[in-house]
Amino acid sequence: MKLKTFLGGIHPPGNKRLSEGKRIEAIPLPQKVYIPLVQHIGAPCEAKVEIGQKVKKGELLADSQAFVSAPVHASLSGSVIEIKNYPHAGGNQVKTIIIESDGLDEWVKEPQNGQNPLKLSPDEIKQKIRQAGIVGLGGAAFPSHVKLSPPKEKKIDAVILNGVECEPYLTADHQLMMEKPADIVKGLQIIMRALGVKQGYIGIEANKPDAVQAMQEATKEDSHIEVVGLKVKYPQGAEKQLIKAVLDREVPPPPGLPMDVGAVIQNVGTAYAIYEALSSGKPLIERVVTITGKGIKKPKNLSLRIGTLFSEVIDYCGGLTGEVGKILMGGPMMGLAQYTTQVPVIKGTSGILILPKGESPPTKAGRCINCGMCVRACPMKLIPSILGTYCERDLLDEAEEAQVLNCIECGSCVYVCPAKRHLVQIIKYGKSAILAKKREQKNKS
Amino acid sequence: MQSENIVGKENMSDILDMVTVSTSPHARSKDTVAIIMYCVLLAILPTSLAGVYFFGIKALIIILIGTLGAVATEALVQPLLGQKISIMDGSAAVTGLLLALTLPPTTPWWMVLVGAAIAIIIGKLIYGGLGNNPFNPALIGRVVLLVSWPVQLTRWQKPVFLFSKTIDTITTASPLGILKDKGAAHIANIRLLDLFLGNRAGCIGEVSVLLILLGLGYLIWKGYVTWHIPVCCLGTVFLFSGIFWLINPAQYANPLFHLFSGGLMFGACFMATDMVTSPITTKGMMIFGAGAGLITIIIRLFGGYPEGISFAILFMNAVCPLIDKYTMPKGFGRA
Repeated sequence: MKLKTFLGGIHPPGNKRLSEGKRIEAIPLPQKVYIPLVQHIGAPCEAKVEIGQKVKKGELLADSQAFVSAPVHASLSGSVIEIKNYPHAGGNQVKTIIIESDGLDEWVKEPQNGQNPLKLSPDEIKQKIRQAGIVGLGGAAFPSHVKLSPPKEKKIDAVILNGVECEPYLTADHQLMMEKPADIVKGLQIIMRALGVKQGYIGIEANKPDAVQAMQEATKEDSHIEVVGLKVKYPQGAEKQLIKAVLDREVPPPPGLPMDVGAVIQNVGTAYAIYEALSSGKPLIERVVTITGKGIKKPKNLSLRIGTLFSEVIDYCGGLTGEVGKILMGGPMMGLAQYTTQVPVIKGTSGILILPKGESPPTKAGRCINCGMCVRACPMKLIPSILGTYCERDLLDEAEEAQVLNCIECGSCVYVCPAKRHLVQIIKYGKSAILAKKREQKNKS
Repeated sequence: MQSENIVGKENMSDILDMVTVSTSPHARSKDTVAIIMYCVLLAILPTSLAGVYFFGIKALIIILIGTLGAVATEALVQPLLGQKISIMDGSAAVTGLLLALTLPPTTPWWMVLVGAAIAIIIGKLIYGGLGNNPFNPALIGRVVLLVSWPVQLTRWQKPVFLFSKTIDTITTASPLGILKDKGAAHIANIRLLDLFLGNRAGCIGEVSVLLILLGLGYLIWKGYVTWHIPVCCLGTVFLFSGIFWLINPAQYANPLFHLFSGGLMFGACFMATDMVTSPITTKGMMIFGAGAGLITIIIRLFGGYPEGISFAILFMNAVCPLIDKYTMPKGFGRA
């Protein structure tokens, strides 16, 4: 198979061996779950339950009238003991429903297999996906039904399932493809039906030959689905880079979206969740998470209930090996650093990564020597060194002119920079300052 | 919010007091500016040793004075300018070594020292240090010496070989000097293989084409330098010298002679590729390389000097910001 890819990118150490090939396990029923009302991009949900109320597994806890939003459900049975602001993996505090388990783990409605989702109409599919609270499980957590409802003038002709998992350390998607290939393919078929698209692709990096083989085996019957082998390179799994590699199309800069080039991307985990929800009526109350890093005793791939605290997961994995440097939600390239382990697993949690002290030390930024390594690494064909300098000096107009808003914040420039400049960090600041200024101007006029 | 929610279990709180919270990414490569500079030193080492082999202990002394002189200058002058001493990043040593290698083996020791000091102070430190200098510091040093002491800087000697008995210095003309002064007919007996291996008169580090290319290959393999500048520079020289040679082989030397003689190979591989003073985009690098090659061949064929690579690179350094400005990529999705 000829491997496809994009221009630029980097080759950080994969470090996937720690958890690779480990079967997905469930952990014992937690005593409490902490379910934030914001787990997605879009409008926050409003609680539909009250303190003291008894709830069962799969019961709707909160929802929103807004289109760009996704409801949340109880991930175990018990009683709501508190609804309050609570630490969230995003770094802020978010209104959270805390449920104490009754130890029974009863369903509000037992999932029943045997339904054929491909008999549903596209509108019914989208409706059921929204009801199940499904969002993009790759990390961005964009509500899936929104992605499946492009405006009429956008002609979609390809769906790509993202099985790239280019973040170092993470193996959750890989393991899911090994264990549930047929269900993932069915999920893709449902997505294709919802969009009325004939052609589907599954993009997988070449460092997972077993997953490529498993998915090829599972798609043997369907000539409209192609498994695409991709070069091992970060950020191959970024939406725009995946579309470039698979379809050779470039998504225009913001506000350009994949649908502008006729493509919709969904993570393999999302496809699996969609199949589960539509075939048995099970809402999104658990997901596969990789718990890994040299800081954890027993790295694993786990199926975790939404709302399980990181600390509980760490305990299940044998605890910490020693002094901890960083606790991340996600991988080392784009993961969010946590200040506490008392945060819950949410829909967008693809991994919990424990880096021991010394693996990610603070670096002192030096002066740019114009080496150009960031330019060669940038998957968006930008000049990170110059963007960084503009943003450092608050030259926001110049930064915008130099396409800073097209930056996807993948961190490749920071990874390669020999002067150890904090490029993407300062670029993030510049982007938010530009967007704030634009909002201000818009409000004035 | 109550504190028990944050800290949670007692045994974990001590550990968590120490965690770092920062924005992504949390992984960085091991490359540093110092590592790059030491790799550059390593890349230039083979051709430096070739210089010592062909020109003897004298060459070694010049190399040591140049390198140590540059490092010492930086250590002494940086405090005076209120800068932090940065000799450990290896860039001063690179500048000093590059300067030494572009000098004839007969250069007086004090002249080497003057050149090293000028390279560091005028070439680099007055701009604020590494990363801010517009011109290649080593070339600044060399060109100041060349225009100040033109006689000493163009006095060449025959290779003596390090271990041979004869220690007398036999002065001779450089291959390019012969070409300039006497014409193409007189270079017929110069063997290309000698030029390729380094058995010829010239500056200390420029003679062995083979070992220069070896060093360049190492830097490309490490990913610190790309092929664009050297290939475009050498390609342009090859192309234009080839055109003139085809028109009149009696008057003009063949293109391989041009590639293998003078400081072209050394300059194209180690001077023009200086990251600080060359363009940042691939397209810019190609224009930069081609421009340096074009100016070099114009000086060689029509100018007053037999060799032109130093001036060519300095000129291209000067227009580098302009090249960068006009070669900014459009960015992904803006085809």
